[in-house]
Amino acid sequence: MNSAVPLKDHWKEQKLFFSRLVAAGIIILALTGVLVWRLVQLQVVEHESFAELSQGNRLRIQPLAPTRGLIYDRNGIVLAENLPAWELTVTPEQISNLDFRLQSLGELGLIDPSSTENLVELVGSHRGFERVKLTNLSEVQAARFAVRRHHFSGVDIQEGLVRNYPFGDLTGHAVGYVASISSSDLERINRRDYAATSLIGKSGIERSYEVTLRGSVGYRQQVVNAQGRVLLDSVEAENTLLSSDSSQGGLETRWPVPGDNIFLGLDIRLQLAAHRALEGRRGAAVAIEPSTGDILALVSMPAFDPNSFAVGLSRADFQKLNNDPDKPLFQRALAGHYPPGSTIKPFLGLAALHYEVLDPDRRDMCPGYFILPGTSHRYRDWKPAGHGPIDLHQSIVQSCDTYFYQLAVKLGIDQIHGFLLGFGFGERTGIDVMNENAGIIPSREWKRAQFARSEDQTWYPGETVITGIGQGFTLVTPLQLAHATAVLATGGQRFKPRLVIATEDAVTGVIAKPEPVLLDVIGNVEELHWKRIAQAMIGVTEETQGSGQTAMRGAQYSVAGKTGTAQVFSLAANEKYNAEEIDERLRDHGLFIAYAPAENPTIAVAVVVENSGGGGATAAPVARQILDAYFLEDPNDSEKH
Amino acid sequence: MTLRSIEMGIGPWALRTRGIVIDVPILLVTVSIAILGFFVLYSAVGESLSMVLRQAFRFGIALMVFGLIAQISPRLLRIWSPWIFCITLVFLLMVMARGEFGGGAQRWLDIGIVQFQPSEIMKISVPMMVAWFMHERPLPPTFKQLLMLLLIFCAPTFLIYQQPDLGTALLVMFSGGLTVLLAGLSLRSIAILGVLSLSSIPVLWHYMFQYQRDRVLTFFNPESDPLGAGYNIIQSKIALGSGGLFGKGWLNGTQAHLEFLPERSTDFIFAVMGEEFGLLGLLLLLGLYLLLVGRGLYIASQAQDTFSRLLAGGLSLTFFVYVFVNSGMVSGLLPIVGVPLPLVSAGGTSMVTLMAGFGILAAIHGNRKLLAT
Repeated sequence: MNSAVPLKDHWKEQKLFFSRLVAAGIIILALTGVLVWRLVQLQVVEHESFAELSQGNRLRIQPLAPTRGLIYDRNGIVLAENLPAWELTVTPEQISNLDFRLQSLGELGLIDPSSTENLVELVGSHRGFERVKLTNLSEVQAARFAVRRHHFSGVDIQEGLVRNYPFGDLTGHAVGYVASISSSDLERINRRDYAATSLIGKSGIERSYEVTLRGSVGYRQQVVNAQGRVLLDSVEAENTLLSSDSSQGGLETRWPVPGDNIFLGLDIRLQLAAHRALEGRRGAAVAIEPSTGDILALVSMPAFDPNSFAVGLSRADFQKLNNDPDKPLFQRALAGHYPPGSTIKPFLGLAALHYEVLDPDRRDMCPGYFILPGTSHRYRDWKPAGHGPIDLHQSIVQSCDTYFYQLAVKLGIDQIHGFLLGFGFGERTGIDVMNENAGIIPSREWKRAQFARSEDQTWYPGETVITGIGQGFTLVTPLQLAHATAVLATGGQRFKPRLVIATEDAVTGVIAKPEPVLLDVIGNVEELHWKRIAQAMIGVTEETQGSGQTAMRGAQYSVAGKTGTAQVFSLAANEKYNAEEIDERLRDHGLFIAYAPAENPTIAVAVVVENSGGGGATAAPVARQILDAYFLEDPNDSEKH
Repeated sequence: MTLRSIEMGIGPWALRTRGIVIDVPILLVTVSIAILGFFVLYSAVGESLSMVLRQAFRFGIALMVFGLIAQISPRLLRIWSPWIFCITLVFLLMVMARGEFGGGAQRWLDIGIVQFQPSEIMKISVPMMVAWFMHERPLPPTFKQLLMLLLIFCAPTFLIYQQPDLGTALLVMFSGGLTVLLAGLSLRSIAILGVLSLSSIPVLWHYMFQYQRDRVLTFFNPESDPLGAGYNIIQSKIALGSGGLFGKGWLNGTQAHLEFLPERSTDFIFAVMGEEFGLLGLLLLLGLYLLLVGRGLYIASQAQDTFSRLLAGGLSLTFFVYVFVNSGMVSGLLPIVGVPLPLVSAGGTSMVTLMAGFGILAAIHGNRKLLAT
């Protein structure tokens, strides 16, 4: 063929095409043969066994629910358990006129009428043969339904387990809760795993360790007749040792595997102490073991009762919780953003020592305000008359603002930023539960990235000044504060905070205790500098002028601490702060960080009390309660709570 | 209708009355299959007459489409091919774009009064495009042309797969691939392609959605997952197997009537038929399907130009793949992909495209020019 103009050779092409058609025909016949052979195999050769499965009888697969793992505190006290309960269920394919049935159930007081719409959606998202749990019933309700059962074909009562939290709101935020699987949950889970389970972890440990706690589903096979009566059951067949009988040959049981039990680092005694001390307030408290990162207490107030979710919360009740202005569902300890106020001072003092920007023993004059050279604006000290001549030690003990204004200016914002990052501020700590916030440690670069308008992107020297007392852009979470305090306590070792310290295989009883994770070591800061800051923090609680002295008076252990008061509301230049006159929500937040015993720390604490005024007066007493519970109570007494 | 057409020399069975083209064998067999389907459907949906009437109405529309397309001359079909292909591709992209913004699976496009799935039309426009591309070129295609052809049918396949609709994507790929094979690939090229597609399996696996992977895994061992993806296949095998040689009789299938068999009116209707009409019923149905495929291949062999030949052959083979994939998955030979049983499963769009395809076959056969012999 000429290469320039490829011509079509019609006769040759037709021949080629024919050969292809013939080949295709042969393949089609061969494939049809395979298909027919398969059908003969199913419908003639194996007909008997399939007919047995189908004729008159039917094989039904009933999923078996695994038992959810238990959650314990560090001393083995149960924080989450499973109790027997009655569950109201429907089988979608057996029910006609679902709306009407649900309405009737509502009239009987068995389900919440306002949830009908959700239930219709939930039932609709399941396959016809899957049993869907509607709600839990009390014993009285179960009895009420039992006598009317014949009116409700397709609706049934089954025995189940309901999650119970013995300590109620005491552990609501830390442990989290389980609740009915919602249609949005269905999108992120493999529904096979929940064939027999109607509850799923929604927050806290229950959510983050869902896979560990859940276990894996099993099933039993049943032969039922056309009326749905069970004729043979794989579980019963095993029990009566008839499984060798050939008539039940096909029936098989796969037992569910219970979920792992989880041990938390929490100590319920500290949890209780913190909860009581914060009762009636908004705030958070976190206690950490510095040498491991184990969380000893994690409290966010106001709290909520996780049990109400597990048994089923009516829509109205949920709305009430969700719309409460005090936000009881908000996990303040992990996600609350607060200005650290003066609690940032020990860290900045350490930075100043490390970078040698000042002589710690020199006493600078504090006239009660600070003026940036070349400007006129007065940055005021909390003490209008001033502290007089004051050194670094006393500036931390008395919480002198003027000293730290100039200290911050000497350090510069970028040095401050870099040093604070080393303590875990400004990023998520990596704690083993979800919904943690990262906080903000500002820098020039941060501000450039944060704002759209170019005039907002410039870093102003005044912004460095107020960063020195933990105001301005700086935001931290209570967890970050406790975490950083733990780093101060260990002299630079940063362990990843964790709630779970061990898991126990429920079948074998084997306990796995993962090692604490050392994230980082601040190794370049001299021992001497750590000691100096520690001395100053001990001074806070022990010296007469110490801002935390009142709260720690009489403690039988030594405490290194620091108070903080964070402004929520900016005052005009010559206005005086008057708590009485200011709306409660605009009052200052009180903060306190501490570790103890000061010489050999085993616990680090951070407390934030929202809109409470000074940290020494409101937050430090909460920390005192936690520390007293930790050092003074005998662990063996804990049963009484 | 008279048989004057035979006198006119258009050939046996192809009627031409005052210029109207009707392919009698195709018409008879498709109507037989559809009527058989109505009975099975009536049983599968729990003896609901309204469902069957709706299906009959859809089939009526499909028949009209069949009749209309049969009148178009193959020359016009050829000239339109690239346009039809490009427009369908644009529709497909529009559906994709809307899916991106709307979230979730999107297959439908709403143009004013008509709502349709562009992916369905691709089953026809892809073989048309392939046949058009090879029409003026000598067969077999060169390697360069082969790459172009690959692009023609792989691009829409990929788009449809993204919707995600694995079943339709596979059928579109087959409709293009089989047409290319008919164009006369050398055995060497077929071997290379085979190796290539085998080696692409891990890549494909990587991009599959979890539920699609589950289906493939369950295919190899359905009993491993009786609560999830394995449920369908276990139940459909019981339905088929218990039907035996003669079946349990119409309306007597327990698997279907006691609602054990899922998707029994759509993808799994083959199992309902097997349960109630037994092996003999299924053989009758398969026989009818083979008649259609055979008629299509005969038309391809009689066609007068490359375009008609390739298109008729491609459409016929695709139809067989349709039948084989559905019956294969229901009987546990193939993994479960969402492919309906042609002309029997409830649903309108696939019926219309199928009959449109047969319309093209009728058009190719009925509008041949008379050649001197």
